[in-house]
Amino acid sequence: MARSQQSVHKVKHHYSAGYIVWVIVKYFSLIFVSFWMVVPLISCVITGFKTDAEYQSTNVMTPPGNWLNFQNFADAFHKANMGLAFRNSAIILLFVLAGSIIIGTQLAYVLNRFKFPGNTLIRNLFTFAALLPGIAMQVATYEIMNNLGFINHLYGYIILSMGTDVISIYIYIQYFENISVALDESAILDGASYATIFYKILLPLLKPAIVTCIILKGAGTYNEYYNANLYLQNKQTLCTVATSLYTFTGPMGNRYNLICAGVIISIIPALIVFIIFQNSIYNGIAAGAVKG
Amino acid sequence: MASTTAASGRRSFREFTRTRKFQRTMIIIAFSIIPLFLLFLFTYLPFGEMVGFSFYKMKYVGRRTYVGLKNYQSIFSRKDIFGALVLSLYYMVGALFQIVLALYLATILSMKVRLGKLFKAVIFFPFLVNGIAMGFIFKFFYTHGFVLDTILSWVGFHIDSLPYWLRDQRINNWALVGTSVWRYVGQNMILFIGAIMSVDPSLYEAAEIDGANGFQQFKYIILPGIQTIVTLNIILSITGSLSAFEPSYVITSGANGTGTYFVIMDRIAHTDQKVGLASAMAVFLLCLIFLATVIQKLIFRFAFRNAQAEDESFQAKKARKRAIRAARAEIKAGKEAQKRMLADGRKEDA
Repeated sequence: MARSQQSVHKVKHHYSAGYIVWVIVKYFSLIFVSFWMVVPLISCVITGFKTDAEYQSTNVMTPPGNWLNFQNFADAFHKANMGLAFRNSAIILLFVLAGSIIIGTQLAYVLNRFKFPGNTLIRNLFTFAALLPGIAMQVATYEIMNNLGFINHLYGYIILSMGTDVISIYIYIQYFENISVALDESAILDGASYATIFYKILLPLLKPAIVTCIILKGAGTYNEYYNANLYLQNKQTLCTVATSLYTFTGPMGNRYNLICAGVIISIIPALIVFIIFQNSIYNGIAAGAVKG
Repeated sequence: MASTTAASGRRSFREFTRTRKFQRTMIIIAFSIIPLFLLFLFTYLPFGEMVGFSFYKMKYVGRRTYVGLKNYQSIFSRKDIFGALVLSLYYMVGALFQIVLALYLATILSMKVRLGKLFKAVIFFPFLVNGIAMGFIFKFFYTHGFVLDTILSWVGFHIDSLPYWLRDQRINNWALVGTSVWRYVGQNMILFIGAIMSVDPSLYEAAEIDGANGFQQFKYIILPGIQTIVTLNIILSITGSLSAFEPSYVITSGANGTGTYFVIMDRIAHTDQKVGLASAMAVFLLCLIFLATVIQKLIFRFAFRNAQAEDESFQAKKARKRAIRAARAEIKAGKEAQKRMLADGRKEDA
């Protein structure tokens, strides 16, 4: 086996010293970066399983005595009212994602496929909007939300979050650029309307980009805490997963085993969705819509 | 269409609605009206209002008095505000580091790598951690004698010699910048990988046949192919560093000289209720961001044009030489393989 591999490489003239150094550098950098990515999270998992006594007496990186001690998780879930928080976050996610996908792909389609007066203007308006940080505008946005009666309503927060997401529009446009216009043209010859072309032909081809944007926008929405805190002030009924963690500030501020458990709970849904979607994100991007 | 007679007017209108031109107009309007409305409502309208607010002395409720440019003057005269602006330099350095790192990782991971998927997932995942959770995680991570200090003690540092990461003013802003890189480098990387993958794969094949190495492939195929998204990310990261908010807000709440411009602005707007001053701060920062973007775009355009003009002929020569060398090597290797096969065949025969 080893010999046959070697001979293959000889034919491909790859095995120079530089190549070997490159391989080492490559893997070293990947492992090094991954280590620092994982450590803050691992330390949290370790601490989440510790009892109060254990947490106070052992080093933070010492594994807990009992990996099945779920008491902290139960306490954290109960104290931060996370059941309701998950329900609210799910509703928000569903509507925001559906809305922003429809809006984003449609706009990208129009901007990429048609030349019309105002095309460049619209692109510039969106690019310029990307420069304006949301938090800066919040002082005035608050007044507008107030005038519209959108404060303390899930729908108000949903419409605000659906708004303008320049990164996804860019991603869609980039994908459209790689989908041949010949597809549209042949469909037009067959008598298809623009809406048919968009929904039946282009949208399925856009799936990888949509999946990518679902992850990005979904993460952004699930994790958003600033606007949620500001516009969903009634924490009893309108908490989201992110804002429910605010419960742990204050008197509970140094019970890190409890806090870590809460943090892990809030991260787990993201982790599960990520593991499921991960394949479609990578495969979708790798396969590309161009080949279709 | 307009010149048709009245009798057939109705019919011709129906015909008109079936024309491509009409359909086109309709689809353009139908597909862009909602996003444009939302863009107006939540971006440009507040923007306009905010500019108005910045000339008043006002709270959210109650009377407003016109004060002219006084709010803008206080931005410069108040030490806490102007000092906070300097902090964005830390975040700028961090952001550039982050983009370079993300590009590097994306290039590696778009080649063949063992466990590539796992690495990609691990590096990307911090992006999915919510801000409040991140605040807790890093308060815990940086606490004296906790996670970071333990790891550093494994490689020989003595815990007593390590600084208080979040309190020591020489280091605490770097510590916060680190958390920002931790969270966003994976997201940048995934965007870059996506863009790299959408470059026509036949280009890579052609380059490989021509004998281009990894770096050349990166420079001449990958980078031009993903220019748009890289440029966008650089713009966004400059914006991001000027408007850095999250690490400081959730981890230290702006204590010990870590309060970035927006954290201070948030405090002035909500705790102090000085809406006018906060608006002026926002407008001032937006001007800065706009200026930075314009300068950056100019530099970019200039740099790219120069590099392309100079490199083209040089690159062509180099590529040709490489191609010839590669072809020779291939022929040689082919011959050797043939010989070996023949030799093996003879052995078996014997």
